Amino acid sequence: MSKPIAVDDATFDQQVLKSKTPVLVDFWAPWCRPCIMAAPVLEELAGEYAGRITFAKLDVDQNAKTAASYNIMAIPNLIIFKDGKPASQIVGYKPKAELKKDLDAVLE
Amino acid sequence: MAKEYEVIIIGGGPAGLSAGIYTSRARLSSLLIERGVVGGQIADAELVENYPGFAQGISGTELGQLMQQQAARYGLETITAEAIGFELKGEKKVVKTTKGDFSARAVIIASGSERSKLGVPREEELTGKGVSYCATCDGPFFKEKPVAVVGGGDVAITEALHLVKFASKVILIHRRDRLRATRILEERARAEPKIEFLWNSVVEKIEGEDVVKRLSLRQVKTGEKSTLDVAGAFIAVGFKPNTDYLKGVLPLDDAGYIITNEKMETKVAGIFAAGDVRLNSAQQAITAAGDGATAAIFAQKLLSE
Repeated sequence: MSKPIAVDDATFDQQVLKSKTPVLVDFWAPWCRPCIMAAPVLEELAGEYAGRITFAKLDVDQNAKTAASYNIMAIPNLIIFKDGKPASQIVGYKPKAELKKDLDAVLE
Repeated sequence: MAKEYEVIIIGGGPAGLSAGIYTSRARLSSLLIERGVVGGQIADAELVENYPGFAQGISGTELGQLMQQQAARYGLETITAEAIGFELKGEKKVVKTTKGDFSARAVIIASGSERSKLGVPREEELTGKGVSYCATCDGPFFKEKPVAVVGGGDVAITEALHLVKFASKVILIHRRDRLRATRILEERARAEPKIEFLWNSVVEKIEGEDVVKRLSLRQVKTGEKSTLDVAGAFIAVGFKPNTDYLKGVLPLDDAGYIITNEKMETKVAGIFAAGDVRLNSAQQAITAAGDGATAAIFAQKLLSE
């Protein structure tokens, strides 16, 4: 069972932008209720998509630079990066079935 | 095969959790289906000040958790799943969810409502890019920036009062010349130097390429048009009931609300509705809790007949 990895301003380039597999980045903050709601769903998905999509999370309070460079102004905010570029973005809390649709679309 | 219960409750806000406390204490096997976390809309509230029994107020999250703990003590089962369909099989009701089917003779619908959209150009594209429906969720992204709140009810004022902690100023845009909000909230808003009021005004368009830059406004009395530079637009113009999964099963009003009688019964025997999902609900945690208890008591009566 792979779990989401924590990334920050310093590691973002290496772990997300230079990744060979697509990376879903969960932009979150400790004060965000829906982010905490989404966390267990993302952990489940991290297991289901292991090897195909890497799951990462970035705390926007601690890493304002990365959050600002992607215009993050609402969380939860999930961006799926493919080859160093945002390929898909999901804003707000979404149930698992809907997230899977977006993930599968990126893999196609 | 659908797993069977005596009562299924859809929604884990104050209405659903209160219903669950009652049905569980009545020793009815009960399942509560919640798509997110328990608490419903109050989970977003920093402080609930009008729920009796909490003299100093209580955080919405904590109130929701306490209700759940109380229900769990009596055996209420809760699953995280979303209701996606509903079927009637004689007396039995089958609730289809993202985690399988469940059936019961009595179902209490307490799936609540969510924020309405304003319905103006660019609103959808800029959602999460300055357009928001939750100040407690997104407020901290607007530190030292001007923001607008659209609406004039309790939710709009509560949002504005929360945003003053972050924003450089908060402009409240309301289509009428006075607020609908509770007096105590209005008094607080008027005493807050960072809040400005823009009366008799409506938003016609939200502008900005990647992020919100400004709003196009129209003065409803004079027809005069203007623009307002803001980094954020918090929309608080009402609610939409979460009843899409019930279309064709239950009679709904034009806006999608469920019509009930004073026993919280709907037109279909064995289906009850409670809380904000009901037509003409007062949309308060305390009234939702009352609805939930009422629905549970009449569901219990029906099952014992």
